[in-house]
Amino acid sequence: MLLLAALLMQPAAEPPVDWDKEFGVEEKVRDPATGELPVDPYVQSNRNAGAAPFAGAAMASSFGGQDGIRRIAHRTVELSETDPRLAEIFKAHDMVRLKRTLFEQFCYILNAGCNYSGRDMATSHKDMGVRMRDMNALVENLQVAMREEKIGFAAQNRFLGKLAPMSGDVITR
Amino acid sequence: MDQSLFRSLAPLSLALFCVSAPAAAQEASLVDGGKLLLTNGVATIEGTSGGGVATWSTIAGRETDRGIGLSGHVTLIELPDYGWQSHGVAVGFANRIELSYARQNFDTRDVGTALGLGRGYTLNQDVFAAKLRVAGDVVYGDPLLPQISLGVEHKRNRDAPVARVVGAAHGNGTDITLSATKLFLSHSVLVNATARLTKANQAGLLGFGSAGDDSHQLQFEGSVAYQLSRRAVIGAEYRTKPNNLAIAREDDWWDLFAAYALTDNLTVTAAYVDLGAIATFDNQRGGFLSAQIAF
Repeated sequence: MLLLAALLMQPAAEPPVDWDKEFGVEEKVRDPATGELPVDPYVQSNRNAGAAPFAGAAMASSFGGQDGIRRIAHRTVELSETDPRLAEIFKAHDMVRLKRTLFEQFCYILNAGCNYSGRDMATSHKDMGVRMRDMNALVENLQVAMREEKIGFAAQNRFLGKLAPMSGDVITR
Repeated sequence: MDQSLFRSLAPLSLALFCVSAPAAAQEASLVDGGKLLLTNGVATIEGTSGGGVATWSTIAGRETDRGIGLSGHVTLIELPDYGWQSHGVAVGFANRIELSYARQNFDTRDVGTALGLGRGYTLNQDVFAAKLRVAGDVVYGDPLLPQISLGVEHKRNRDAPVARVVGAAHGNGTDITLSATKLFLSHSVLVNATARLTKANQAGLLGFGSAGDDSHQLQFEGSVAYQLSRRAVIGAEYRTKPNNLAIAREDDWWDLFAAYALTDNLTVTAAYVDLGAIATFDNQRGGFLSAQIAF
């Protein structure tokens, strides 16, 4: 009886609170064509790739052209997504977009006929909290991807030599 | 809940939150083992990290900038007239500071008889060393800025009376090293250059300085290595040495080495070493074998 009275005294059910609205969270919707989440506008430039491309076609050809480079970039992302050392960093990011921009960056640097449309390394890694051990883990995954594509070790290192100087923009803590 | 109990628990729960928050982000354990393969170098005969004979600016252990790394090694050198055995441990802190200890045992075999020490007399030395990385990174950053480290090696010869008999001024000595090391990825080549201030005769096994020359001298150690694969590297080293003792000429050292990471934690180094003349016995050329375990 007392319980019933207590229940009756409850105010009428209110509509559920829209917490996203309360906190000003905008839900991002994937682009139906590309499947990518929108990002804040920025100025596109090949300079954002963070390294000057190789001269000549030798590196592009030793990486199997755009097809080989695409497989390496995608495989690097897939390995890192499932890598327990890196999964926490990767799961908060748009893998669809990353696969595209990483491919473009690799393709541009290897002089395989692409432009890089992504953000620069400092902006794209800001707030990710990447440590040196994370960067090393990513390098190891890229090495696995390159080994799987049977890229010669000297060519692997030449390519890594273009990426290594970006460490200052990537490692933020 | 009792209010005072709540008040006393509030800071605790806050502290727990602070502790558990990084854990949720998969914070690595203190021994993180995140260093790229072989970039910790291999143990030198002095127990520091480097290329076997030459000390490099690398920091021992497989830790990165937030962890602790550990390593241990055993080294054997077989020469025509002598046998060398050394072993040691090293700790790397945050890829910044390296502390190491090595024990060197130099078996004089038949030379011991000739020198009147007795057959198989073994010269022993302890080496306590510290190294500080002051700038740069061996792999990352500016491709022309090497990793630069400053080191100190305190050597305590346990056979000081023998060292004095051959003309050494001291049984103990301290070396200062300044090393620059860089992996030039574009060529898969690692280059190291080290300047060493030392009084050591035969690295200290024959004591330090002499009556005629008891000052620290500037010596040079150079290494060039080529990376064949993620796990394999070959290279050459050259190390100049003082020539303090009147009774026995001392030669520069050089070696050709191959190092292979059998696993992420176990590296084996084999080398051909030319240690020149040691205590009047010339042409001490032979084989060097070292195993290093690192975490």
